[in-house]
Amino acid sequence: MSRIQVPKIPSSELTPEPLYYSRRTWLSLVGLSGISAFIAPSAAAQDRWPQGKQGPYDTDEKPSTFREITTYNNFYEFGTDKSDPAAYSGDFKPKPWTVRIDGHVKKEADVQLEDLLKPFAVEDRIYRMRCVEGWSMVIPWRGIPLASILKRVEPTSKARYVAFQTVLRPEEMPGQRRRVLDWPYVEGLRLDEALHPLTFMATGLYGRDLPNQNGAPFRLVVPWKYGFKSIKSIVRMTLTATEPPTTWNLSAPDEYGFYSNVNPEVDHPRWSQKTERRIGEFGKRKTLMLNGYAGLVEGLYAGMDLKKHY
Amino acid sequence: MTSDRGSRFRWSKVVAFVLGLVPFAWLAYRFATDQLSVNPLDDITDETGTWTLRFILITLAITPLRDLTGWSRLSTYRRMAGLYAFFYGSLHFLAYLSFDKFFDWAEILPDLASRRFIVAGFAAWLLMLPLAITSPTFVTRWMGGKAWKRLHRAVYVVAILGVVHYLWLVKFDIQRPLIYGALVIALLGYRVWAWWKRRSVGTSAHAR
Repeated sequence: MSRIQVPKIPSSELTPEPLYYSRRTWLSLVGLSGISAFIAPSAAAQDRWPQGKQGPYDTDEKPSTFREITTYNNFYEFGTDKSDPAAYSGDFKPKPWTVRIDGHVKKEADVQLEDLLKPFAVEDRIYRMRCVEGWSMVIPWRGIPLASILKRVEPTSKARYVAFQTVLRPEEMPGQRRRVLDWPYVEGLRLDEALHPLTFMATGLYGRDLPNQNGAPFRLVVPWKYGFKSIKSIVRMTLTATEPPTTWNLSAPDEYGFYSNVNPEVDHPRWSQKTERRIGEFGKRKTLMLNGYAGLVEGLYAGMDLKKHY
Repeated sequence: MTSDRGSRFRWSKVVAFVLGLVPFAWLAYRFATDQLSVNPLDDITDETGTWTLRFILITLAITPLRDLTGWSRLSTYRRMAGLYAFFYGSLHFLAYLSFDKFFDWAEILPDLASRRFIVAGFAAWLLMLPLAITSPTFVTRWMGGKAWKRLHRAVYVVAILGVVHYLWLVKFDIQRPLIYGALVIALLGYRVWAWWKRRSVGTSAHAR
């Protein structure tokens, strides 16, 4: 039952993340020890990017550490403090996992997650993640593009949106025992957003299975939208004709819209979105339009007033 | 007379003084040893804010506790608790100005004037300022007890503003601000009740 201990893995058992993305940097930090002679040959083959080269969608920014990514989470199903998901997700069982895909599709599916993923090769993607609260990280995800899955289930011509739903297990998710939000958590994307090559279904990070606190075993990653759009622990995806409801929008419609694209020019009604603190840094960075992915995704919003469709 | 007794040296006051510094020391220790979250600057802002509110509550709780227990010496700790509320409030404000805004006044001034949770928090801190300044015994004497008492009732407004500030800043889960709000209502409610009781006793005494 090793998965139950995810938050408590001794640090000695983790692949140190510098080793993961850059043996050379790590070696230079360690210094001139004789060990470097042994590892150097493999280090030459390994680069910063786990797949050996920078993919077209990877950021070249320094990834946040494994500790940063796995101890500072907004996953209200396990509690509303950032430390709650790591502390209280130990009882959550991400295996076995079934995903239902229905709605306007030719091939409805009720599949085991392994079977759903089997036809595809997993990829590593290093993405920026910007939280609506004003902080950000860089996360090396592992998974597959959502488009690969959607193409397999063949959306019909009526399908215009994808609705996502998180698992409802109050007995394993203590945060769901309090009605902070209207459980289960639901999210949605327009079909063209869902089919965009950046839109990713993560099953891991840092080359390992997703820890429970990060949305195990199967979660959405939409890097140009605020983090809460990237719904975790997904059990259902439904292709719909109309815009599906989304949890934060239902809770506070004037603060959280359906699109929720990262946009430094549209402030949250109560705080500025112009800057962000990258976790691990002292100063603040300027928040980038569409979280720095404008060149890739702005075409999706041509002719739309993003101040109105926030 | 109470203020005379309050300004006399007592070991128990030294203990209270040290206790008030414990949250600060604990925060500093965890910061220095990397035991805060991976976003330690936000933790500093959050914790100093929480302790401001707690010390305001402690300040407000002292009078009811004194009345209930009859332990009149409790009043001597009220000033210290109030000053600690100001101390943590000032740290909280400074954390916002420095870590959050890096003294960028072009960002800060519009914030102070228009973002409602910041307006409430700033107003609370501004109101604490005259209370802190008029806390030394010689200022109290110079002002006269009545005027001083009237001025220091502003702490009731500070408490309400503090809770409103908290309520308006949380993303959605308002459980904790509501708990603080309920405590403030209870502590202010006690004063209304005590005042009403005193008044009715006063009038009946007059009638006799």
